[in-house]
Amino acid sequence: MAVKTFTIDGQAVTAEETDTILQAATDAGIKIPTLCHLDGLGDVGACRLCITEVSGTNKLLPACVTKVSEGMEIKTNSERIQKYRRMILELLFAERNHVCSVCVANRHCELQTLAEEHGMMSVRFPYQYPNTTVDASHDWFILDHNRCVLCTRCVRVCDEVEGAHVWDVMGRGTNSRVITDLNQPWGDSETCTSCSKCVQVCPTGALSSKGKSVAEMVKKRDFLPYLMATREEKI
Amino acid sequence: MSKVRLATVWMDGCSGCHMSLLDMDERLIDLMQHVDLVYSPLVDTKEYPENVDVVLIEGAVSSEEDVEKIHKIRHRSKLVVSLGDCAVTSNVPGMRNRFKIEDVEHRAYIENAQNNQHVPRSVIPKMLPHSRPVHEFVKVDLFVPGCPPEADTIFFTLSELVAGRMPDLTGKTYFGA
Repeated sequence: MAVKTFTIDGQAVTAEETDTILQAATDAGIKIPTLCHLDGLGDVGACRLCITEVSGTNKLLPACVTKVSEGMEIKTNSERIQKYRRMILELLFAERNHVCSVCVANRHCELQTLAEEHGMMSVRFPYQYPNTTVDASHDWFILDHNRCVLCTRCVRVCDEVEGAHVWDVMGRGTNSRVITDLNQPWGDSETCTSCSKCVQVCPTGALSSKGKSVAEMVKKRDFLPYLMATREEKI
Repeated sequence: MSKVRLATVWMDGCSGCHMSLLDMDERLIDLMQHVDLVYSPLVDTKEYPENVDVVLIEGAVSSEEDVEKIHKIRHRSKLVVSLGDCAVTSNVPGMRNRFKIEDVEHRAYIENAQNNQHVPRSVIPKMLPHSRPVHEFVKVDLFVPGCPPEADTIFFTLSELVAGRMPDLTGKTYFGA
């Protein structure tokens, strides 16, 4: 397999040509913030938080879906990138009703942590206050659209790992919603195996277990790399 | 050195931020050596005074009275601080925003009332269609998120401001704290 040599934040890095910038950076100990990415799932570049500056193009490229190439000069944390990352976070907060103080995932939420890490002290964009609903029809789990960031981790884990493909995305733009089956109540789903993988990988309080109060929903995300590793060994 | 003229204001919030302010305990005494509390729910001034150096705003802007107040406060204060998630994001008061005002009023004053079921049309200020963060109405100079911000965070913020510095709150507080 061909090996590529390039730089990330001035540091010389070598990686396989099939690697993404995110993989190469992670291997080199350089942290790039992510939200829709999760180890063990296929990448879709939905959240754009992992944007990087790459020599030769003015476009900001998402590290999770951009393959490395020879001689690339990659910047992961320039002022321009920081500005856009903060803007993305603010837009995510403005788009739905993220009320951290009363959220089941308070203190265990990747969106909240990212805001804190990026020094986001307020949102400059007008809050949309959308009329988003809660689906509590499932016996064990709750879907709260108010907290959803459309990362599609639930869609991918259900399709790629569980193999049930209960979840999908409906609608366009800010009207997009994650749905179960053909936009039927989750509790009526004939395909859902109630495995809870979607709940565990969800970065926010959008998917939670029933009976959890404020700040009680702790996700267990480390099952996924383990599960994938054991599967690979069996093949 | 003249004392810093400090005001604190309670708009659409639960007063938790003011409770957190009081949670500074004995540090309040140190702070008061440098501060003159000229307006606050904790003192008995009726009219928001002129020439306020620093004002801490708790709560979202939710009524016509709040709008009037916040413009007057901005006009009469040098440094406006949004204190807590309600002022910064509209937080819990903003949870009514997806409903029509008539439905909210009906829920509060008729459905959930045991006695005297009617929607008050006088005395109580008229609600705005949406409860919104302070900075959507006036310029805010400093944001202190948190529900409520911890006493340590408020003490750090005020100490820095009294010392003439703009506090850097990165990593010191967060939404939903």
